[in-house]
Amino acid sequence: MIKTAEALNKWKQTLINERAYRLELKICAGTSCISSDADLIVEMFEKKVAEHGLNCEIEVVKTGCFGFCGQGPILKIEPDNVTYVRVKLADVETIFNEHLLNGRKVYDLMYKNRDDEDPAESEAGMAFYQKQLRIALRNCGEINPEKIEDYVRNDGYKALADVLEQNDPEALIKTMRDSGLRGRGGGGFPTGLKWQFTRASKSDEKYVICNADEGDPGAFMDRSILEGDPHSVIEAMIINGFAIGASNGLIYIRAEYGLATRRLFTALQQARDKGLLGENILGSGFDFDIEVKLGAGAFVCGEETALIHSMEGHRGEPTTKPPFPSEVGFRGKPSNVNNVETYANIPEILNKGAEWFKSIGTRHSNGTKVFALAGNIRNIGLVEVPMGTTFEEIIYDIGGGIPGGKDIKAVQIGGPSGGVITKDKLDTPIDYDSLQEVGAMMGSGGMIIMDEDTDMVEISKFYLDFTQDESCGKCTPCRIGTKRMFEILERLTDMEGTPYDLELLETLSKNVQSASLCGLGQSAPNPVLSTMKFYRNEYEDYAHRRKKTAYSIDPEKCIGCTKCKRVCPVDCIDGKVREVHVITESKCIACGACYDACPVDAIVRP
Amino acid sequence: MKETVTDIKDLDKELLGKLDEHIATLDLTRKEESLIPTLYKAQELFGYLPHNLQWHIARQLDLPSAHVNGVVTFYSFFSEEPMGKYTISVCMGTACFVKGADKVLDKILKLTGTQPNEMSEDGLFTVKDVRCIGACGLAPVLTINEKVYGNVTPDDMDEIIESYRKGAADDKDS
Repeated sequence: MIKTAEALNKWKQTLINERAYRLELKICAGTSCISSDADLIVEMFEKKVAEHGLNCEIEVVKTGCFGFCGQGPILKIEPDNVTYVRVKLADVETIFNEHLLNGRKVYDLMYKNRDDEDPAESEAGMAFYQKQLRIALRNCGEINPEKIEDYVRNDGYKALADVLEQNDPEALIKTMRDSGLRGRGGGGFPTGLKWQFTRASKSDEKYVICNADEGDPGAFMDRSILEGDPHSVIEAMIINGFAIGASNGLIYIRAEYGLATRRLFTALQQARDKGLLGENILGSGFDFDIEVKLGAGAFVCGEETALIHSMEGHRGEPTTKPPFPSEVGFRGKPSNVNNVETYANIPEILNKGAEWFKSIGTRHSNGTKVFALAGNIRNIGLVEVPMGTTFEEIIYDIGGGIPGGKDIKAVQIGGPSGGVITKDKLDTPIDYDSLQEVGAMMGSGGMIIMDEDTDMVEISKFYLDFTQDESCGKCTPCRIGTKRMFEILERLTDMEGTPYDLELLETLSKNVQSASLCGLGQSAPNPVLSTMKFYRNEYEDYAHRRKKTAYSIDPEKCIGCTKCKRVCPVDCIDGKVREVHVITESKCIACGACYDACPVDAIVRP
Repeated sequence: MKETVTDIKDLDKELLGKLDEHIATLDLTRKEESLIPTLYKAQELFGYLPHNLQWHIARQLDLPSAHVNGVVTFYSFFSEEPMGKYTISVCMGTACFVKGADKVLDKILKLTGTQPNEMSEDGLFTVKDVRCIGACGLAPVLTINEKVYGNVTPDDMDEIIESYRKGAADDKDS
């Protein structure tokens, strides 16, 4: 039990001094790497270390996500500062014998920024990390998320101890306001202000709620934080509780996030055992405890009022605001809802000061934002960049560009509520206001890169299919409107639409936008409106039924090599060796396999 | 709802007993808040939530059965239909979709001869299209029960599905 701030500090010093390993082996044990056998790799290393009697010299650490998921499983050796990527079970032996026993680095397993370059030994040499600044993800990949000792050694719970010692909630809220931190869940509401409102509400009981119902397709930063650094969220929630005068916290987490939930339970129990959670925290007289509530799979529950209803055991349907949760929330009491990434920033802000945080980013958007980079991009993964970084920097410097020599078409940001950034706007700095100006929104951080082959009408149909399915059905504009919008899009892509459909789609979009009850419905038409604005010609092609959906072969170029014929999955290419081949357009499914296979560029895209 | 909705005699007595034990441990002063955790437990025990089981839970928690049914049907995690031995969840998140997850799904449906969320005739498979499972680095990705398959192509599916069919047949023989 840690009973005072002083004892906490002493414990931290002991932990630092006790550390006497010659080498530390950090292996990513996030969901993505585990599905590539990272846990088996950990076991094999542990076995090897034990076999050689090196338990006191080498520590094998299961960490959270390094972010570079496309290159997983990732392994880092410290203090040598060497990173190995795409480690396979068969590589364990090599790394152990060469590096751990003999100190010889294994260059074959290092990452190369380009195929013709020398391998990069450490993260510093990897272009993926160079423009990143990790605040919310500071401990992910650094510490073992299942050990509170690792967190405490890295200044964990120090911010909480300081806050309790100062014992001045008003000053704490002022620091939060001065830092300029805005909600990272999508809306971008100033966090300090939210805390102030909830503090101002008079009530015998208040609640702190952490929204971990990450539902945007393609966004997984909250899961990674909970898997890699659960204590930072717990610490921030206790601080939040102290600021607003609440003694109960709740975390609403998606049921699909099994690993994150398990790690969260472990972390909560450790904090309780150490006296950092529960009654009389660090001898301050302040009580606070946290309960975990499992979601059951409903996207709309990311909306704060719907989330609260779900926690109360109802259907997760939203209600109108006002009253805001800061006045009437969980069990009818004032509640402060923030998302995971927002919380993860807070201990670091308090440790380093509001001024430090404010100095990062742009004028009205301070600090950093985590994005889940996915789609047609070379380096898939989780990146954290200062606000104001441009799309170009993320895509080309960090992301390594588009694979397969293709050109970029657009970036989708903000998930089913967001919009697209066109190729000519890639120099837009990423902050809340600049994104709004170009017709997109920050959202929770999904960033999907789309190459030149992407069909924008199909993309907006994809998002509409998602929202019409996830619409909770409470209000008519969203329930029926999104369904009808989806039907129009289906009609268009089935080549059964008319030009009038475009007019109808636009009007309906605007109606759904203005008449829906909650954020889900209000933002559901965004992907449609945004793609219609910038890629109207693609919609027109469908509406006038002149969209070509089949590939064809240029008879002038075809050399009759039969390569395309062999790869076609639906056997729609005919032709004999050294004769011109022909595609049967009615059978073609436009998969593009022939295009990639052709050695002489004779295939013409639709 | 079916006519026999209130009849619980088809339900396994032993499992029902376990469920009631679980309910007995709950703090029922906030019975509504106990509903979702109870449904989790029930689905874990029975595999799905038939109407008579929902009715039983409603009576145990002293809640209107309409409320219970409303919650069960709202959340995609809960199922009113029996599930196959293997649940194949194909991720339809954006990253997987742009990498051709829809073609993988079509192939699986063809192989298993089912529609999404329906159990195959042999009782082996239930195929679901699910929301992003957060393994975008492996797109397109699918899970069969707990096992994750990354970077899959429609052609890979023949072998994967066959291996489960074979596994099930071997289980039966032994």
